[in-house]
Amino acid sequence: MLQPRLATNRWLQLSAVGAFGFLAVWTTAALSGLTSRDFLPTPWDVLQRFVHLAREPFSGATLGMHLLSSLQRFGMGFGLAALVGVPLGLLMARFRWLDRLVTPAFEAVRFVAPIAWVPFAALWFGTGIGGPVLIIFMGAFPPVLINTYRGARQVDLKYIEAAQMLGASHWRAMTQVMLPATVPSIVAGLRISAGLGWQSLVGAELIVASSGVGYLMVKGQAAISTATVMSGMLAIGVVGVIIDAALRRVQHTIETRRGL
Amino acid sequence: MSAAAGPPWWRLPLTTALALAGVLLAWQLLTASWGVISPARFPPPLEVYGALRQIVIDGYSNGRLHDHVLRSVVLVTMGFVVASTAGVALGLAMGASRVVEAVANPVFLLLRPIPPLAWIPLAIVWLGLGDAAKMMVIFMAAFVPSVINSYTGVRQIERPIFEAAAMLDARGVRYWREVLVPGALPSIFTGLRLSLQASWTTLVAAELVGAIAGLGTILNQAAQDIYPGMIVVGMASVAVCGWIMTQGLGWIERRAMPWRVVH
Repeated sequence: MLQPRLATNRWLQLSAVGAFGFLAVWTTAALSGLTSRDFLPTPWDVLQRFVHLAREPFSGATLGMHLLSSLQRFGMGFGLAALVGVPLGLLMARFRWLDRLVTPAFEAVRFVAPIAWVPFAALWFGTGIGGPVLIIFMGAFPPVLINTYRGARQVDLKYIEAAQMLGASHWRAMTQVMLPATVPSIVAGLRISAGLGWQSLVGAELIVASSGVGYLMVKGQAAISTATVMSGMLAIGVVGVIIDAALRRVQHTIETRRGL
Repeated sequence: MSAAAGPPWWRLPLTTALALAGVLLAWQLLTASWGVISPARFPPPLEVYGALRQIVIDGYSNGRLHDHVLRSVVLVTMGFVVASTAGVALGLAMGASRVVEAVANPVFLLLRPIPPLAWIPLAIVWLGLGDAAKMMVIFMAAFVPSVINSYTGVRQIERPIFEAAAMLDARGVRYWREVLVPGALPSIFTGLRLSLQASWTTLVAAELVGAIAGLGTILNQAAQDIYPGMIVVGMASVAVCGWIMTQGLGWIERRAMPWRVVH
């Protein structure tokens, strides 16, 4: 039988056991002397390193500045994906010929992992901003396009026809009838996109970048400083959670307003 | 995304083939023959074909195409099988038992937001550039989605099914084999598909960063040699292998759940 929920107290106790058990095993392994502390730092070392990185520059910038340049790239790649994906998805849902034209190419390209674009990203756009942005775009683009398209296809044709009968142009029917009706689906797609885009960004920065959190981790790896690498992972994880929470809020607001 | 209805069945493949041939011809002319688009950046189709011939017959970057493919696919399959077995087991246990859920949750909350690719530097520090590091990265990529989806799979089983199981006194192994696993299976397979994609992407990335052989090394070597034709061959191989493995998993899914109509 599916077990009933645990009492809050017991839940907290058990969670604390899990958390402390994990930290205890980790710390013991680090302090056991079997490996060096550089190789396997204690959790406390990692936190210290994190604070240190936030204050002192490492490989050219502090952690905050690396994060900022990561976020810039992310914003550009994600923004571009939304800017191209939403209109294209709407147009594809509206015009059959465009759908037939784009879909085969899109399906073929979609199976290429975003990270496999790295060589072309470097060749076409270099390692500054452009290269990583292309990779983020490749990661973030498919969910926006697919969700916009599917959402727009589900809009009842009656509404569009009614709008057109009342004299709305193609443009007005799309922007004032189709687009608003598709918004919840678009936002859901954007949330998936943001997650994938943020992941692709990390990969991109590991290979083609000269700043950013991924780059900081590569430098930490080269210096065999596990604490630096783990600090980078921590920063990436936390920012990823924040981005997702922000978009989830937007999604929730819209869904509540629409009564979904 | 949508299937055409009406015209005879050969119309669509024919127009697609013609369109494709047209695009390839135009591309070849624009790049190689007329030089409107720089062939150093956008490789003409014939150069891609030349690169494909070269890697299949003579080899490139420490091996011929099938060596690279085999190496990457074997690594991913091994890592994926190990990680998803562990992940599904943990996920089912977390779904079935509130105690396991409470204990495992904090660690899981910590690991979950870390993107699979972010494990690559750590794997290299700990295990170097060999296969062990690749296995660790693949494991991390595949583990998280299979845990989450198996867990939610158990939680989504409807109440009447549990009640029926209790009434029929299903316990122990039978309870797991006939209630929990089949009930969670659709969600488990969703997780496996995500896991497989994540591990494939992550392996390619890890090989791009450093490896002796594998599809990622083709990309890496071609990028260093500035050989755009070979880059296209590498990307296409990554896509085709990924697609075939996904199809394979789909085949297993249909065999595992014969009671489900194709969705």
